[in-house]
Amino acid sequence: MQDHMTLSQLIFGRLSWEAIPFHEPILLVTFIAVALGGAAVLGLITKYQLWGTLWRDWITSIDHKKIGIMYMIFGLIMLLRGFADAVMMRAQQALSFGDAHGFLPPHHYDQIFTAHGVIMIFFVAMPLVTGLMNYVVPLQIGARDVAFPFLNNFSFWMSVFGGMLTMASLFVGEFARTGWLAYPPLSGILASPDVGVDYYIWSLQIAGVGTLLSGINLVVTIVKMRAPGMSMMKMPVFTWTSLCTNVLIVAAFPVLTAVLAMLSLDRMFGTNFFTNDLGGNAMVYVNLIWIWGHPEVYILVLPAFGIFSEVVSTFCGKRLFGYTSMVYATVVITLLSYLVWLHHFFTMGSGASVNSFFGITTMIISIPTGAKIFNWLFTMYRGRIRFELPMMWTIAFMITFVIGGMTGVLLAVPPADFVLHNSLFLIAHFHNVIIGGVLFGLFAGINYWFPKAFGFKLDEFWGKVSFWCWVIGFYAAFMPLYVLGLMGVTRRMSHFEDPSLRIWFVIAAIGAGLIAIGIGAMIMQFVVSFLRRDKLRDVTGDPWGGRTLEWSTSSPPPDYNFAFTPRVHDNDTWADMKKNGYERPLKDFVSIHMPKNTGAGFIISAISFAIGFALIWQMWLPAVVGFVVLMAAIITHTFNYKRDYYIPVEEVVRTEDARTRLLESHA
Amino acid sequence: MSNHNATADSSRYFVREHHPENGTLLGFWIYLMSDCLIFACLFATYAVLGRNYAGGESGAELFDLPLVAVNTSLLLLSSITYGFAMLEMQKKKLKPTMIWLAITGLLGAGFIYFELYEFVHLIHEGNGPQRSGFLTSFFALVGTHGLHVTFGIVWLITLLFQLKKHGLTPENGRRLMCLSMFWHFLDVVWIGVFTFVYLMGVLP
Repeated sequence: MQDHMTLSQLIFGRLSWEAIPFHEPILLVTFIAVALGGAAVLGLITKYQLWGTLWRDWITSIDHKKIGIMYMIFGLIMLLRGFADAVMMRAQQALSFGDAHGFLPPHHYDQIFTAHGVIMIFFVAMPLVTGLMNYVVPLQIGARDVAFPFLNNFSFWMSVFGGMLTMASLFVGEFARTGWLAYPPLSGILASPDVGVDYYIWSLQIAGVGTLLSGINLVVTIVKMRAPGMSMMKMPVFTWTSLCTNVLIVAAFPVLTAVLAMLSLDRMFGTNFFTNDLGGNAMVYVNLIWIWGHPEVYILVLPAFGIFSEVVSTFCGKRLFGYTSMVYATVVITLLSYLVWLHHFFTMGSGASVNSFFGITTMIISIPTGAKIFNWLFTMYRGRIRFELPMMWTIAFMITFVIGGMTGVLLAVPPADFVLHNSLFLIAHFHNVIIGGVLFGLFAGINYWFPKAFGFKLDEFWGKVSFWCWVIGFYAAFMPLYVLGLMGVTRRMSHFEDPSLRIWFVIAAIGAGLIAIGIGAMIMQFVVSFLRRDKLRDVTGDPWGGRTLEWSTSSPPPDYNFAFTPRVHDNDTWADMKKNGYERPLKDFVSIHMPKNTGAGFIISAISFAIGFALIWQMWLPAVVGFVVLMAAIITHTFNYKRDYYIPVEEVVRTEDARTRLLESHA
Repeated sequence: MSNHNATADSSRYFVREHHPENGTLLGFWIYLMSDCLIFACLFATYAVLGRNYAGGESGAELFDLPLVAVNTSLLLLSSITYGFAMLEMQKKKLKPTMIWLAITGLLGAGFIYFELYEFVHLIHEGNGPQRSGFLTSFFALVGTHGLHVTFGIVWLITLLFQLKKHGLTPENGRRLMCLSMFWHFLDVVWIGVFTFVYLMGVLP
């Protein structure tokens, strides 16, 4: 009997039926809905016999364009989950006053705000940013794929399985109740003995591998695979910001990996990195996590700056004002992002001199950022501005981001930070820059590049509905938080006593409702655009009068992107080509060398997911077996030497001739 | 080639056959730098926690420098033998390449053996990683390095099989080059460990 117990413990660890939340009605209903929805999707795939296509053309695809699209789909789906958390928080805070306690018990509420932060940063913003970079960068630099196409597929699946681990915590066990950065000692084994923090750690470790590898991949792609003639200072600004972002990823994510590994050692094996006794030091964790965490916000916002630069110059029909200063501003922000991490914990005892240093470096960052804003404004000055959707998002960004930036400079003053630290003012500030900066940028990018990816534009009407609901909803949801923060209301509270605060929370909840309509309108926009795709069709490949190379090929681009590699003579290459009477080559095509699809990335990521799950529940036997299988899978993959093939010249001719006919029929 | 007034010649805008350089070595080098940051974090943690003995024994009392000296020479020697393997590879001699590689792997295994011996000895005497902040950060730093060497050995064995199967093809040459960078990188990290942890650790 004793032996039997140990064996079942070896296999199941801490996992038991109690981990399934039968007693939580909200979770149970969610689970049933997800299960039914999932079954319906699987049923439809089976009915229309799409499994083969799905596996061959998507799951195993190493085409950067398909991976980019899959990243976007993943990010948008996770946005729905992260936003559901936001709505629950807004509703809880609007309801829970005095004798009323709302609908969420504190331990559930704490999981929700943690999951909201983790999901929005790691599984919404990161995939959306990575997706756009993946899709656009190779096209902008005239390349046929990224430097390491297999790694790209692998990175994607690691991100997805990391996200799935977070989602699994909803129905098996629970998520961390520690806030999105899981500071010890709260996240240590004494204060958080359950699996929540372990879910947090292993989701991020698995997704982090993917992020790091995709960072390396894009850096090498940009450094090595630019079209002939494209010197660094002829690169499109989006490519520049992508380069800086990926350098930041490579230089920041290892820190996250290391610090989370240390936290998990503390939790699993009782080591003393961050404990309160036996010589541990929790401040090591706080410092290290922010040395990753601060660059992380620039990882997110720099590509958005790149998108705005492309959009502004395209929709003003002008070359970007101050290209060189834009590049230098980006690089300076990249460097400075490593010199400000301590401003996240001014109040944690560093002393006046250290705080002053980090306060000043923080304020200095506003200089290159301000330079960027002026560059965009001067690009618009005397431009022929077309207020299409991407441009609308850009203008909304410029106004919103400036407000968020100014409250940021306020918080950079240490004495002010002592008053505002951990208050709703801070929450308002970072939502102001992340929604107003990153998310608006991503929406501008989605509207801008959608026709390139799918061959038809997005519907304007529903796009505008979404735009106005989002923008007004954003202000309604977050401006009240500034007010509340100034009155001293702290973050992460599930209940309030003072009824005079309530009106502000109600306004914020109404704002969240408006944003919900904005998200709904965005889904409508996709549906309506798909239904009206023949009307919205882009046959030219250049629907906006674009200026960079991605607009020189067809929409959607062929597998090989460019039949011939473009030669670059100037910034805004495509604008230069159009101006100088470039004619598309029609003959002398050659066969094209391309990488071959492989299922290895998906399989290795799926095994990693299983290992992560086993480690969370301390199922040692499955974890060890999983690890052995993982190593075997990786080694087997390295024995595959046949990783490329040639697209035969006939196929290239067929594709290009089809495009020629299409262009002629619409000439 | 006329760069001005090129309107007539549209072919100045494309290249018929373009083969971008292979980026594997650059990519692997960048990966190594990211790995270096993991070690940087562990070094920094050791710098903060390394003197927190929590009433337990200190490095001066625990470290067996002669053992570490043997260990260090094994690893440094393995870097030299890897260098010999690369020289033979450049001469396109398969067999000597493989022999030097095998010697490198054995030296690495010797290093791991002595390191494990040290670890087991420490844990037996009640000085495991749970004992104090100092020992936690010590085991984490030295152990992470050891784990890297172990993976290096697994990779090296895999590569021996692949060399036997495919010979000194360009792909295998590239892989040898990557492992070479990895192996020397671990050597450099070890010099840091040896200096900052062991040599400075026995200082009073």
